[in-house]
Amino acid sequence: MSKVKVQSAASVMEREGAAPPLTVSGLSAAYQKKPVLRGVSFTVTEGELVGVIGPNGAGKSTMMKAALGLIPRLSGDVLVYGKPYKQQRKLVGYVPQRESVDWDFPTNALDVVMMGRYGHLGLLGRPGAKERAIALECLAKVGMADFASRQISQLSGGQQQRVFLARALAQDASLYFMDEPFAGVDAATEKAIITLLQELKQQGKTVIVVHHDLATVEEYFDSVLLLNVELVAYGKTKDVFTQELLQHTYGGRLAFLDRNSLAKTDIAEG
Amino acid sequence: MQWILISCTLLGLSSGIIGCFSYLRKQSLMGDTLAHAALPGICIAFMLTGTKSILYFLIGAGLAGIAATFGIGWITRHSRIKHDAAMGIVLSSFFGLGIVLLTLVQHGGYGNQAGLDKFLFGQAASMIGSDVLILSIVSLILVTVCYFLFKQFKLVSFDPGFAKGIGYPVAFFEQLLMFLMVVAVVVGIQAVGVILVASLIITPAVSARYWTDRLGVMVVVSGIFGAISGAAGAIASSTAASLPTGPLTVLAATALFGLSLLFGSKRGIIMRRLVQQRMKRTLGFGFEEQAATASVDDRLNKEASL
Repeated sequence: MSKVKVQSAASVMEREGAAPPLTVSGLSAAYQKKPVLRGVSFTVTEGELVGVIGPNGAGKSTMMKAALGLIPRLSGDVLVYGKPYKQQRKLVGYVPQRESVDWDFPTNALDVVMMGRYGHLGLLGRPGAKERAIALECLAKVGMADFASRQISQLSGGQQQRVFLARALAQDASLYFMDEPFAGVDAATEKAIITLLQELKQQGKTVIVVHHDLATVEEYFDSVLLLNVELVAYGKTKDVFTQELLQHTYGGRLAFLDRNSLAKTDIAEG
Repeated sequence: MQWILISCTLLGLSSGIIGCFSYLRKQSLMGDTLAHAALPGICIAFMLTGTKSILYFLIGAGLAGIAATFGIGWITRHSRIKHDAAMGIVLSSFFGLGIVLLTLVQHGGYGNQAGLDKFLFGQAASMIGSDVLILSIVSLILVTVCYFLFKQFKLVSFDPGFAKGIGYPVAFFEQLLMFLMVVAVVVGIQAVGVILVASLIITPAVSARYWTDRLGVMVVVSGIFGAISGAAGAIASSTAASLPTGPLTVLAATALFGLSLLFGSKRGIIMRRLVQQRMKRTLGFGFEEQAATASVDDRLNKEASL
């Protein structure tokens, strides 16, 4: 078996025939008797940024939630580094959509980030000085150190997203799932997020991102997963992010699609 | 008398604490529904056993609560009626049935039915030794559970998706929170009455929100407010002989709410006005001058064009 090449010498993950960070086989899910995910199978290579692309209702968020066991699945297996996901929770980090949370909850940014350490604390453990220090460090990494004691309802959308990201960093995982982290954030936050993702990649970690903006896919992601209820294609961006496959994914509903003008054209989604 | 006061205070404390989580999970009204739905359960328990044992009443109230929950679920699943209307339907129909049964009991010659109507508005003064003991112990257990499972309850209330992701048995914790609320409601019925017991779950928590932006502090403040309300109700109802405990507890809790609404250090009306005025003085001075100048210019232009 060949050695797994990693991005940086600092990574500790060079080993013989290591299991890939994520293997999904035959994942299916339904919502109120309507199938939203059908037989999705793919294997992710370590140390990559993977973009999950597809039209609305394609099952992108569903796939992520079904893989993590957040919603029930009809069928399918999920292996994280070769073992069933349930045994590997400590290796997986999750950044959910911003709308999934009531931001009027009485808590501040630091508190939310410390929640990322709960998985390491056990039943009766309480977060202490060590967890606080880690949380502050993670807030600093996303540029939010000054907002540690800010009530979360007073944060802007971009700042809330960064707090969620800091929480995921605090989890200290090797594989990250992120659900639309770039949705509705300002340009500065978007830049901060992608810089952070690239740092994670440098450390040999793997990040899977549900993404909606076709214009930035080639710039951000090493591999792409095209999804529309079924898997359309999975592979390196340059091989898979083609006009033909995109037309297939979006069902011919793209108004105008040209490699050069992707950045300038509005993509019409049915 | 001392023990009644202590147990009512403890009841208020535990209701205030568990009420924070119910409020944040937007389930406060469920507590009210379950309290009202408990009445027929209590009456039937009395009719079947002929005794006023608190244990049978709790079982009857609990079973009625389960039936109510099923009823609400059934209505929402098999009709287009939404959750809030379903709760209203179940609450009022169960309560109506309860009143009918209560009337039957009063006229039914059961022997020792006197005092059953105290369950409507509560009568702390009529609690006997064993009732007081059960109330105190249950309240203490509630507080202890919330203390040890605080971080779990906090995460499950704030972000159940993330909690599930790190391996928390979220469904278990959510059911546990609901169960603790049911326990607080059912155990509080004898002291505060079916009709108003929900106020101990709702009002102290809402009041506490005006004083802090941190859950830990909110829970403590809510517990204190609940304890004060419970104590006030117990004291007041022991002085004037026939005053029911429920209404007096509610009035105390509402008074605390009114004070919090006005003077709350984080979100009270007066504090917000002060903050706004301070901001106006430091930031808005220039804007107001510009606004005044603009309207003068507009007026001059208007006059010139006429």
